[in-house]
Amino acid sequence: MAKPYPPPAFVAPAKPGEPVGFFTDSSICIGCKACEVACKQWNNVPVDDIRYLNSSYDNTGELSANSWRHVAFIEKKQADGGVAWLMNSDVCKHCKEAACLDVCPTGAIFRTEFDTVVVQADVCNGCGYCIAACPFGVLTRREGIASHPETNGVAQKCTLCYDRLSGGEEPACAHACPTKSIQFGPLDELRERAQQRVADLHAEGRTEARLYLADERDNGIGGAGSMFLLLDEPGAYRLPEHPVVPTRRLKEIWGAAAMAAGLAVAGVLFAFGSSRR
Amino acid sequence: MSAPPSYYGRPVVKEPVWSPEVAVYFWLGGLAGMSAVLGFAARLARRPVLARASLLAGFAALLACPPLLIADLGRPERFYNMLRVFKPTSPMSLGSWVLSFFGGALGVAAASEVTGWLRPIGRLGELGAAIFGLPLFTYTAVLVADTSVPVWHEARHHLPFVFAGSASASAGAAAAILTPSRESGPARRLAILGAGVELGAVAVMERQLGRVARHYHHGPAASPARMARMLTAGGALLMVAIGRHRAGATIAGTMILAGSLAERFAVLRAGPASARATAGGETVRAIASELGRPPRPAWQR
Repeated sequence: MAKPYPPPAFVAPAKPGEPVGFFTDSSICIGCKACEVACKQWNNVPVDDIRYLNSSYDNTGELSANSWRHVAFIEKKQADGGVAWLMNSDVCKHCKEAACLDVCPTGAIFRTEFDTVVVQADVCNGCGYCIAACPFGVLTRREGIASHPETNGVAQKCTLCYDRLSGGEEPACAHACPTKSIQFGPLDELRERAQQRVADLHAEGRTEARLYLADERDNGIGGAGSMFLLLDEPGAYRLPEHPVVPTRRLKEIWGAAAMAAGLAVAGVLFAFGSSRR
Repeated sequence: MSAPPSYYGRPVVKEPVWSPEVAVYFWLGGLAGMSAVLGFAARLARRPVLARASLLAGFAALLACPPLLIADLGRPERFYNMLRVFKPTSPMSLGSWVLSFFGGALGVAAASEVTGWLRPIGRLGELGAAIFGLPLFTYTAVLVADTSVPVWHEARHHLPFVFAGSASASAGAAAAILTPSRESGPARRLAILGAGVELGAVAVMERQLGRVARHYHHGPAASPARMARMLTAGGALLMVAIGRHRAGATIAGTMILAGSLAERFAVLRAGPASARATAGGETVRAIASELGRPPRPAWQR
């Protein structure tokens, strides 16, 4: 017998040591932004400067220190002249090889017992390295929020509701999602469910459906804690086609640096060696 | 080929937030690190005048480094968290430790040089500063290359050579200005060599970057990049032509120093422009094995 989809709302508490995450199924997202609101309410994420962005129903714009969930709205022209309205709730990918975590010089960013990636706001000194390192452009520095002086100047992002997980609850966004487009659970289970879902959609003739970051190891980021089912190319949703963790190439970069330093030493030796006194 | 899909022209990668102070630090840190190497070599070659000039020039450059770095932080009062952990995966963490040890060693060396006290310990400081100087003038290139900014990451094999050449040119130039021409031969040669390496590495880097190299020719990085080329090349030629005279070396050295600073500004300014261009499909290229199922590195398991 086929399992009901989406699955019932009840979610067993996350167990420490068992990787958990999100499967965001954009095919059943209705663009209500309950996730954005729930996230702001639960995590006390301040309101950004709200401007009219001229991008369908999206005035949030992109993920940032003050937007840990972001619902994208795409108006896609169809061959028959109609418009397909695509929505997807984006979030931190909680990479298994996390660039932000690797480059953070203070240890403010750490990996939790749930295999998620969290910034400690009271340790971060706002060096900005994680911002440029993240291949998904998730992080920014929170600046000039009068109501949040303790986190101004500090990098902020989704914590996958670390406090709620510790308390046996699911993340606020997944809890608030009325269609279960955002599904929380153990990653093994989510991966399996995502594969089944995309197969079902293909069987229905919706061949534009594709999985993003649902491979355990793939994607140049060693696997992700957030996977997506998309109805268009990743780029249409502001997602990189082939994300790569820059820190993966750290050895070869240091190798080049060692050769450059060696060349400089050789230059010094030559400069002295060729002197006639 | 159709245009890559884009979400309302919004960049995929966020712009780096590093301020101009960081470019000045890259320059001064490179100058200090290479000056320590040059000074130690001069000591070994029994050229005390050149050794002293390099040592003190390096120390002067070093003094400005911590304030510049702290000013760039979002929470400057927490600067000491940079030494909270020792983290080999973070070039900034390694750099903070390198700068600390380098500063300690060079401070001891400079103090001994000026006062004449504890000469053996001062010499030991010079050795330590020379050792830590080598990573000091290269780690900054590793730092910017280890990001998702295409113009930096795609130049990861070349930026260390740009920075090492630039640091050598500036350290040689500073010593050539501060030393009588009879003593400054090695410094002048180092400045000329370094300028050549810098210009060559920039040319190779831009060739390898292909279309991404346009950030060094258009936009905010274009003018410092042009100034860097002109000042470095002009300064090196002048150093060859009239470097044997102190006044000539001073003019040429000043140009090389300014060119080296301009080069760091060019690199730093190219970053945000490249991050913005990720809206139009500019990206860090995945290599074949990264599209498959590569094993997780040992330190991540």
